[in-house]
Amino acid sequence: MFQKTYSRWAFMALLAVSGVSVQADELDDLKAMLNEALQRIEQLENQQNEIAVNQEEIVVVQETIVEQVENSASSQLAQWAERTTIGGYGELHWNNTDEKKEIDLHRFVLFFGHQFTDELRFFSEIEIEHNVAGDGKNGEVEVEQAYIEYDINDSNRVAGGVFLLPVGILNQTHEPNTFYGVERNNVEKNIIPSTWWEAGVMFSGEFSEGFSYDLALHSGLKAEKNGVFTYKPRDGRQKASKAAADDGAATARVKYTGMPGLELAATVQYQGDMTQGDSSTDKAQAMLWETHIVYNHGPFGLRALYADWDIDSRDAKAKGRDKQDGWFVEPSYRINQKWGVFTRHSRWDNDAGSSFDTEYEQTDLGVNYWPIEQVVIKLDWIDLDAPTGKDDNEGFNLGIGYQF
Amino acid sequence: MHPLARMITKGSTWASVINFKSSPFAKGWQNRVTQSIQWVLCFLCCLPPMSCATEYLTRDEFLQGAFDDSVPPPQTAWLRGELREGVKHILGHRYSSLRIRFWRIDTTQPRTAWILKEIGKELPITVGVVVDNGVIESVQVLEFRESRGGEVRYPAFTRQFESMTLTDQFQLSGNIDGISGATLSVSALKRLCRLALYLHDYATAIE
Repeated sequence: MFQKTYSRWAFMALLAVSGVSVQADELDDLKAMLNEALQRIEQLENQQNEIAVNQEEIVVVQETIVEQVENSASSQLAQWAERTTIGGYGELHWNNTDEKKEIDLHRFVLFFGHQFTDELRFFSEIEIEHNVAGDGKNGEVEVEQAYIEYDINDSNRVAGGVFLLPVGILNQTHEPNTFYGVERNNVEKNIIPSTWWEAGVMFSGEFSEGFSYDLALHSGLKAEKNGVFTYKPRDGRQKASKAAADDGAATARVKYTGMPGLELAATVQYQGDMTQGDSSTDKAQAMLWETHIVYNHGPFGLRALYADWDIDSRDAKAKGRDKQDGWFVEPSYRINQKWGVFTRHSRWDNDAGSSFDTEYEQTDLGVNYWPIEQVVIKLDWIDLDAPTGKDDNEGFNLGIGYQF
Repeated sequence: MHPLARMITKGSTWASVINFKSSPFAKGWQNRVTQSIQWVLCFLCCLPPMSCATEYLTRDEFLQGAFDDSVPPPQTAWLRGELREGVKHILGHRYSSLRIRFWRIDTTQPRTAWILKEIGKELPITVGVVVDNGVIESVQVLEFRESRGGEVRYPAFTRQFESMTLTDQFQLSGNIDGISGATLSVSALKRLCRLALYLHDYATAIE
């Protein structure tokens, strides 16, 4: 519109200056029209400048609104919710082996965390095992973690409360989509024993690129005095439930994770007295040594772990339980993002101090299918070779696990 | 000295709890272990408290590194329509902001820098990604707020992303070796790198 008008006036002006014969009054008209055109051009230029300024203002207002929306001081409830996290995981198992044929919601776990300040936070984990808990029921309700953690500085932090001990591969990271096999491996279950939590204080941090440490002072084990479970670490866990605290324990771990795909770790633990001051028997001081490697490179994976208990007690020695050890090696291959296969060979012996054949040996072979990263379906075949007088076990397990 | 540190150096509380000193078994190296533990605890307690929401690199430092000190003014990618849906497809959820800032010298240069955020396990990780002509040039963790999984900030880990492109299925073109115990943080970084490549393609295609 503007261009058309301007062209017409320009054409007429051109005529005027090109020597075309016109009347004087017509010339005056043309001058007036030319002035008018120039005024209009100036008005349009001013309008354009105003539009540009307005656009800049709109952008500024837009930015301001967005920032206000994103940073708005919302309600107290919303602020609390922002600082609170909820997560969890669960796994359903179908065991079809010589030993048992059953379907079990093995675990359902909920995490609750809350960030009080940038430096101070709370974390908890509540677990229901075997679905139904109560008198005469199969299951248990357990608080496996409930601690306050404080950042001492950029590299060090301290936690106080109930926490998972820094030992083994699975004890602190055991969501079902993070490992192979329907059931957790028997070496960590029977020797370490995972899942293992205690009450106390734990310092953690990094002391060099890739090197981290954990140092915990915590409640100790209370070994069964007699029977088949005597001095077995797994049955000595007090689970921070009115736990006898005559003697405590200390755990220290050093871990290297400075190279992608690699974790090397070693843990040593000292137990002051596994009898917790039982005067009817001698003291049972104990040391646990554990070391492991986790290595993933491209599709190849490898996990290997060794753990060893040394219990300094005449009573434990007489029962053949003063030495308990085990190891496993687990190579795996990730076919693609969704499929992976593994095999595991494990040996463990809770009676390694005896002179009899007491070692268990198990081979696992299986497959994991991850439809998405947080969900896994697992199938594996197990072959357990038990020591003399115990039952072998063979069969398959099917499981579905999830994390959120 | 911090009261806790003073208590620990006296060697009474923890030593008596675990009965190191009262037993013949506690002779020799175990006493040395006890003393070492006490001194480590003492040292840690004496350190000044600082925030663990650690900022390893400021935004300006990242940009100056990316553009050799000639940092262009920021541009804005508004997350609406097709772009918003694409971002949601990659992250599995909506992005935490309505728009994303990026930096680019001019429209003739197919090189962009992005600062993006994504939650690892519980808290957001801030990452800077430079993309040149659809290829990741560099990845740097600016801020890491979680208490575990901080190994994702090491160059040994982030270097794996360099030279990667986006496949037709919006995946990274190569394999990333993870970090044991930091699965969620690793996944967050992988998502952010895919997002940076996707946004780069979008920003350079509309010119």
